[in-house]
Amino acid sequence: MINLLRLISGRNASAPVARERLQILLAHERGLRGQPELLELLRAEILAAVSRHVVLDPEKVVVRMERGKQVSTLEVDIEVPNGFERSLAAAS
Amino acid sequence: MAKVLVVTSGKGGVGKTTSTAALGAALAQMGEKVVVVDFDVGLRNLDLVLGAERRVVFDLINVVQGVAKLSQALIRDKRLENLWLLPASQTRDKDALTEEGVRSIIADLRTKFDWILCDSPAGIERGATLAMRYADEAVIVTNPEVSSVRDSDRIIGMLDSKTVKAEKGERVEKHVLITRYDSARAARGEMLSIEDILEILAIPLLGIIPESQDVLRASNVGSPVTLNNAASAPARAYIDAVRRLMGETVTMMVPVERKGLMNRLLGRRAA
Repeated sequence: MINLLRLISGRNASAPVARERLQILLAHERGLRGQPELLELLRAEILAAVSRHVVLDPEKVVVRMERGKQVSTLEVDIEVPNGFERSLAAAS
Repeated sequence: MAKVLVVTSGKGGVGKTTSTAALGAALAQMGEKVVVVDFDVGLRNLDLVLGAERRVVFDLINVVQGVAKLSQALIRDKRLENLWLLPASQTRDKDALTEEGVRSIIADLRTKFDWILCDSPAGIERGATLAMRYADEAVIVTNPEVSSVRDSDRIIGMLDSKTVKAEKGERVEKHVLITRYDSARAARGEMLSIEDILEILAIPLLGIIPESQDVLRASNVGSPVTLNNAASAPARAYIDAVRRLMGETVTMMVPVERKGLMNRLLGRRAA
């Protein structure tokens, strides 16, 4: 991509390369910034919500954020023990 | 109502101190009562750029520690009666600057001035966070160069999270001031363009200060560029920036050097 930009804009035009490098880097750095707090908050609230209905191991709740150029994805991975319906039935 | 404005950048050497002096002087030239505060404890330079280096008796830390009164530490500019300087300490430990001390000085300055310009040190350490802590507005000084833009982005993140305003859920009004801009090089694609920088940082543009020998000439003689040569390209750009700070709508343009006939002839011969 960077080589392509260089081809399009002539040999001396390094600004498009600078621009592309910055956009990639900052998308990554902005993702890291503030992310720990947000993810920890999301994880805690999701854990609390699901735990009201299902008995969970807190360590098996994983919340991940992937930052993309246009959109970002929030991935929530919760491992639920088999037979959780039975434990629920017993609880109620 | 007084406004506290921090001039910051993250990266060093991009023109924070020069810009603080020029913006402060231009505001004072327009009749505003201004104090410029040097937060660069240990490496003060605002006094030098303003030509007041031999008049410093007391400094910011003396006031924080109660050794001197604020009125004793403030230095009035000899050319602009509306412009005052609160110098940083040159020798003392930089941990001597406390959050409570800064809060109390800023509160005091708010009652005496229209504008309080805080010249931030480079970096993201204590001095820089204290300089921005009580700001209402921020000028982020950025060069058209990758490391400067990256650091500006980082500083913008801090302005949105580590200031009193941000903690109260309010916004620090942010502006980017692009310095050392060379429109010819940008046009040839050798330098990040204004559009590139604005798109990446996504904050409004306050002004474009062209690369110019007038800036160095002004600091050499200890006079803000808006005062030293008000007709020069960088001075006109700073004056436009200040009018925007004061709420005026001023068409954005890159001021160019007005070359004399001889220069133009010589320039052509050289090319």
